[in-house]
Amino acid sequence: MTVIDVARATRSRARLDPALLASLAAVAFFLVAAVVPGFLSPHAPTALALDEALEPPSFAHWFGTDQIGRDLLSRVIHGARESLLIGFGAAGIAIVAAIVLGTLAALGGRVVSAVVSRAIEVVFAFPILLLALLLVSILGASAWTQVIAVGVSTAPGYARMVRGQILSAKNAGYVEAARALGHSPRRILTNHVLPNAIRPLVAVFTMALGQSIVWASGLSFLGLGVAPPSSEWGALLDAGRAFIMQAPWLTFIPGLIIVVFALAATTIGSRIQQNLEKGE
Amino acid sequence: MTIVERQSTTVERRAGAALTVRGLRVDFTRDGSTRDVVRGVSFALEPGRCVAIVGESGSGKSVTARTLAGLAGSGAVIEADEISLGARDLTSVAEHDWRRIRGKQLGFIQQDALVSLDPLRPVGREIEEALRLHGWRSRSDRRRKAIDLLRAVGVPDPERRALQRPHELSGGLRQRALIASAIALDPEILIADEPTTALDVTVQAQVLAQLETAKARGTSILLISHDLSVVAQIADEILVMSGGEIVEQGAANDVLTAPQHPYTRRLVDAVPGGHTRGERLAPQDLTTPNLHLPRAASAERDDAVLEVRGVSKRFAGVTAVDQVSFTLGRGETLGIVGESGSGKSTTARIALALESADEGEVRLLGTPWSGVPERQRRSLRPRIGVVYQDPLSSFDPRWTVGRILSDAIPADAGLTRVERTRRVADLLAQVSLPAETRGRLPLRLSGGQRQRVAIARALATSPDVIVLDEAVSALDVSVQAQILDLLIDLQREYGLSYLFISHDLGVIHHMSDRVLVMTGGRVVEEGDADRIFRAPEHPYTRALIRSLPKPV
Repeated sequence: MTVIDVARATRSRARLDPALLASLAAVAFFLVAAVVPGFLSPHAPTALALDEALEPPSFAHWFGTDQIGRDLLSRVIHGARESLLIGFGAAGIAIVAAIVLGTLAALGGRVVSAVVSRAIEVVFAFPILLLALLLVSILGASAWTQVIAVGVSTAPGYARMVRGQILSAKNAGYVEAARALGHSPRRILTNHVLPNAIRPLVAVFTMALGQSIVWASGLSFLGLGVAPPSSEWGALLDAGRAFIMQAPWLTFIPGLIIVVFALAATTIGSRIQQNLEKGE
Repeated sequence: MTIVERQSTTVERRAGAALTVRGLRVDFTRDGSTRDVVRGVSFALEPGRCVAIVGESGSGKSVTARTLAGLAGSGAVIEADEISLGARDLTSVAEHDWRRIRGKQLGFIQQDALVSLDPLRPVGREIEEALRLHGWRSRSDRRRKAIDLLRAVGVPDPERRALQRPHELSGGLRQRALIASAIALDPEILIADEPTTALDVTVQAQVLAQLETAKARGTSILLISHDLSVVAQIADEILVMSGGEIVEQGAANDVLTAPQHPYTRRLVDAVPGGHTRGERLAPQDLTTPNLHLPRAASAERDDAVLEVRGVSKRFAGVTAVDQVSFTLGRGETLGIVGESGSGKSTTARIALALESADEGEVRLLGTPWSGVPERQRRSLRPRIGVVYQDPLSSFDPRWTVGRILSDAIPADAGLTRVERTRRVADLLAQVSLPAETRGRLPLRLSGGQRQRVAIARALATSPDVIVLDEAVSALDVSVQAQILDLLIDLQREYGLSYLFISHDLGVIHHMSDRVLVMTGGRVVEEGDADRIFRAPEHPYTRALIRSLPKPV
């Protein structure tokens, strides 16, 4: 029998998704670091060792040491709690504000919907960083300000997303089917429209988390976040900047950590989204 | 499985056969598991003849067609004892040689011209491109040839149409443009995969006429279709496929008029039409004889459940529905038949009060139904149910079947939790779904099962009227037969009235007591179903019925 190999059979794809596994591992590591930093860190984050100042990464100090000999790895691990709290806080504020505003914009009366929609668009038109800087300069620099500034500045983008989700859920076939059964608008809203509109936000929240940490460390880097003794990742980045010529790892490694976390959160978020779209 | 083979067919290599296929097998490998989709297909296609492969979804008919066109796709492992095009053996042809053969010797027509044609390229240019690839040097020659081809497939005003992009053309014109590009190089063989499935019946007749013309010129056609009435029109030989195998093979007339294999017989019996009125389409089980179903006596007019008086609806200046009136009596089925854009679905939505009419009046069970606030309508909504063409989009994707049905039971029925659960079980039983369907998501059900759930949901409110908007149009013919049988059973049991909307004349004739024929938003003819099909009065109705492929 002749075998025609018109298209060679594709190899069975591995069921495990390495990008997702790596992302989950990274996020799990940072969560453990945030909850029990002492469990992971080799040194105390504030242990001075002036004779070991500005040492490059080595076996003793994997990430090197800073200008007063503190172990950078330990500082990164101890900074996870503050960084993640700021990230979760900001993403939480952004999503909650987005749900409230997006729902009003999609379902409010004619006046409410028009006012809220325009307001969202006006705020959305400002660059995020500019808006955050403005809020920090009004409220004064602190961790809380950072949470509020980042949360409020990123909310309009998510609010537009929520508004779109609700509008498309409103026009779905199952909403018309419920109308045809004689169900009240309130029942349709709580049973169908809101749950279906909000479900995709699980994915959005995960991605917002990564984004918030990037924005928050941006503010810290500009000196508008938490003050120096803190080892929040943005603050580490800012502190390392002064020694960028002698000790580039002090800037490079915290920056890398921020990127790794944001990337991991975004990857997890987009996988959740893909699964939701597939109807899993 | 036994292959029923008529004496007329021998799959030995025949002198002069344009395409010979022996023992074709196609396997798909994915995630390490292998599915054999086509298992041993053999036939010979002679010049100027048409071989049709019929079967339902998943039968392997489309995979066979795509494989022969060299489009099996990645993951396909193809084996055959013989595939030869004329005298040329194709079993050793490599991928890049396929492309040259395609077009020159093989033309391929797919179901949906919109996805097969380049959206950014005028259709004339599409045809010119095929000519250029096959060595037509002169640009003006190519242009002239393209316009000739469009004219040849019956595209009116081909000079203008050649410059238009696919989205500017209607479905029928698009399909004809695709045929033009497939026959551009005068291939010996045309493979047509469901070429008329997405088309209105009058357009379908024109496209089939084009295929017949090609056949008369000596082109061999391999036609893939689920629709026996289309196949009946142009096929010389028929292969019936089921589960990847050929179950019956023979001369078209023999297979259609005296099917031998039980599967073919079921398929032929399942086709609805005038001759099947009052009969079951699907066998129930072998012990009960095929009972003639007594139809409900023609409804008394004074017992009207739904009255529509002179309704009109305009969208952005275009009149979708124009002065439509009808009355639906208790226990009656009123069919509305029309082609796309005839206004039949808008009429259904107005009857459901999901769309408000610009003019006219609708009354449900004697009370005003149009022009009253929705709040006032809501208590009456359970009396009128609806089943859509695409049931899946009408279910909340997060909900199981049990929750969907339970949610549809009106709150004022005053049922306890236990009674509600029992009612859901009853509803599932009424539509012949197993009890464990309750816990499943609609996404995991087959098309026929989903439509049963949609019917159960409509029954949940114990309605008087059910609007069925193309409710069986997306189903395979044997599944369609079961659903139509179910609808008739339910109608007899509960005295339901159906407003039955369909583009399919056979289905309409089978189901309806009376028929409305709509075109361009107007009702052009109304009357008793048998009378309309036997002696249509309006020219449009006559054209519609004439273009209906002869029932098998």
